Amino acid sequence: MTDLSKPYDVVVVGGGNAALCAAMTAAEAGAKVLVLEGAPKPYRGGNSRHTRNFRCMHRGPLSVLTDTYDEDEYYDDLLKVTGGKTDERLARLAIRTSEECLPWMQDHGVHFQPSLSGTLSLSRTNAFFLGGGKSLVNAYYRTAERLGVEVLYEAQVTHVQLDGSRVTSVEFTHADESHRLEPKALIIASGGFQGDLDWLARAWGPAAKNFLVRGTPYNRGVVLRDLLDQGAESVGDPTQCHAVAIDGRAPKFDGGIVTRLDCVPFSIVVNKEARRFYDEGEDVWPKRYAIWGRLVAGQPDQIAYSIIDSKALELFMPSVFPPVKADSIEDLAAALELPPGALRETVDAFNAACRDGAFHPTELDGLATEGLNPAKTNWARPISEPPFYGYSLRPGVTFTYLGLKVDETARVQAADGPIENLWAAGETMAGSILGQGYLAGFGMTIGTVFGRIAGREAASYVN
Amino acid sequence: MSTEIINEARRQIDICNACRYCEGYCSVFPAINRERAFADGDITQLANLCHNCRGCYYACQYTAPHAFDLNLPRALAEVRQASWQDFAVPAGLARMFHASGVAMSLAVVLGFAVLIWAIKALGGAGGDGFYAVLSHNAMVAIFAPAFIGPVILIAMGLRRYWRAVGGGPIGLAHLRWAFGSAARMRNLAGGHGEGCNFEDEDRYSNLRRWFHQATMYGFLLCFAATSVATLMHYAFALPAPYGLTSPPKILGLTGGVLLSLGTLGLAALKVKGESHLSDASVWGGEMAFVLLLFVVSTTGLVLYAFGGSSWLPELLALHLGAVLAFFLLTPFSKMVHGFYRLAALVKEAQNQVGAAPDPAPAGALAKELRT
Repeated sequence: MTDLSKPYDVVVVGGGNAALCAAMTAAEAGAKVLVLEGAPKPYRGGNSRHTRNFRCMHRGPLSVLTDTYDEDEYYDDLLKVTGGKTDERLARLAIRTSEECLPWMQDHGVHFQPSLSGTLSLSRTNAFFLGGGKSLVNAYYRTAERLGVEVLYEAQVTHVQLDGSRVTSVEFTHADESHRLEPKALIIASGGFQGDLDWLARAWGPAAKNFLVRGTPYNRGVVLRDLLDQGAESVGDPTQCHAVAIDGRAPKFDGGIVTRLDCVPFSIVVNKEARRFYDEGEDVWPKRYAIWGRLVAGQPDQIAYSIIDSKALELFMPSVFPPVKADSIEDLAAALELPPGALRETVDAFNAACRDGAFHPTELDGLATEGLNPAKTNWARPISEPPFYGYSLRPGVTFTYLGLKVDETARVQAADGPIENLWAAGETMAGSILGQGYLAGFGMTIGTVFGRIAGREAASYVN
Repeated sequence: MSTEIINEARRQIDICNACRYCEGYCSVFPAINRERAFADGDITQLANLCHNCRGCYYACQYTAPHAFDLNLPRALAEVRQASWQDFAVPAGLARMFHASGVAMSLAVVLGFAVLIWAIKALGGAGGDGFYAVLSHNAMVAIFAPAFIGPVILIAMGLRRYWRAVGGGPIGLAHLRWAFGSAARMRNLAGGHGEGCNFEDEDRYSNLRRWFHQATMYGFLLCFAATSVATLMHYAFALPAPYGLTSPPKILGLTGGVLLSLGTLGLAALKVKGESHLSDASVWGGEMAFVLLLFVVSTTGLVLYAFGGSSWLPELLALHLGAVLAFFLLTPFSKMVHGFYRLAALVKEAQNQVGAAPDPAPAGALAKELRT
């Protein structure tokens, strides 16, 4: 049993990948560590439980990774998705350190496996966790426990007291009681605020109430807000979140990976008035799913519908819920509660704009519509062969960008300099590196790299 | 089989097929990922391919309290159990013995009684060793039908299974893959060689795999001992009793010790394992089966140690009674799992032809070779 009356060197707020990397590293350096995980045990691990891989720089084959993925290529990939909104020093630090992280992860219980089926494009850049992120989280809790790290579940931090450039105490509730601890060092690794829909609505607008949250409901940004209010420096656009288009029938929270829908490029997407609004075939889906979250968010009631015919059904990964199916466009419209006449019109106009040509589902085939606005620039085939299928789409929030500003030692910054005993790692500081967009597996890289740095620095501070 | 359990398994498998994180654990997930829709026969095949290692349960983001409420080990265990009962001939006996440890214990008592009766009524007819208590001919008269009958019943059940899952003509390569997988119990290796999640939540351990293999190889060695002895008796006119260094004794003693240790270990793990990750309704029957195997092997060893004493008739009746019950119960107890799993592995080998090779066992094997 955890004895809260005894002193802890390091308290870690959060219980996901970054938190555990920090906790294990600090414990290995001799610190007495307590982890305060806000979620109950079955939901421990924050958004890490929904992850599946780790983007890793490597010179030559490494573990399950093939070929080479060097620093410059990695950084170029980051620049492409962020449009330059990154901190080059921190980004390159994360990239360079990722290489030594992979064996460290294995030493701490993580098992890797070759790229999953359907993700072969990532076999060079991303090392997949055998069993996914929850198995990684499980392994880290096992290892942390062995290292003497203590963990409290359902421990909700309510306040971190800053006194000048020092943290003096941390307050939390656990088992219906309030507690106050005075650790020598504090590490914040409790994610963003995407679980707080009111905050999202204030930042984004009322439409955010209709968003689905793909990850944990426990990232409510309580500590982030508390520290920003006390003068900690922020990074990242406070109004933005990373949202992708997901199955509209997904649960409000925690739907995770299975709610993704890969049908868009082979479909037409209409809004609730049954009108198209964007080029569904602009690029391959892995490069476009992120913009569709925003596109759907811009439509009435933040909902859209992807319509395919039987030709397209087997061209994409199976969906978690079966599609709505009908023998005619009108029946499909009725089943999806769309205006049947309008959907008929939209489909007819689209079909009339399709032209003959070779269809290649796995590459940009240039099979574009003619004289249609908006055009569909690839994979445009008539929707003509019943049965017809439809999926509803909604924006699914993955993470928020607003975070704590840190330096290369993961130390949290205030306006007049660093806070001497406060560090941050993971999603809560990722906004400085990922200013916009997302790079698959990079969240785990940031969490692992800065979690370890924070753990090391905090332990060295207390020793 | 109730449509409820098969539909529940299908619901969960559809979620797994959209996720795929567990692809590396065992043969089940690559088999799921090859398909988009699952007929009842496909679900039955997947259920029998599952070895209940539970790796997927502890790695799953969607277990309760999540709304998806995934528990694939249990969903597949329930389908698997129902398939063994439905395919059994006659199904009624299977339903009784699979679920009920009491029924199984009564069967053992009955076997014991039959042997006591046989010893009293038929006697030794002037033979040596065990045959002084019960003649060779009397033993054959009891055990030949008790062995051949169940084998025929199991074959009939397997034929039903093969039809249900749409199995094709069996080739040597299929058998090689299936037996290779069973020989190393690759589907309990966890994909990384560290084993399954049976006794302590998500901690990997090879204990269950080792105990299972001790049980399996122990049983096969005992079976080989009997087969060799039969051959020596009939083909070479070398009747029992055999000396310590004779093939039947060496095989039987090694097998008996392995079988006793393996079953004891499996029973201990079964007490530790979380029963909600399997078909809890047959826990008693499964436990009784493991203990029956333990009694078979341990009474055999005791018989060897104390066969020279005045307790010989009682010990022989106890051992042979247990063996008799074991044989007769084979089509109706957990013992059939071995036959169905092998059939499922053969079918999986057939399904892999033309598909991407199964990464899990290969990964496990690579790990084994390294360590």
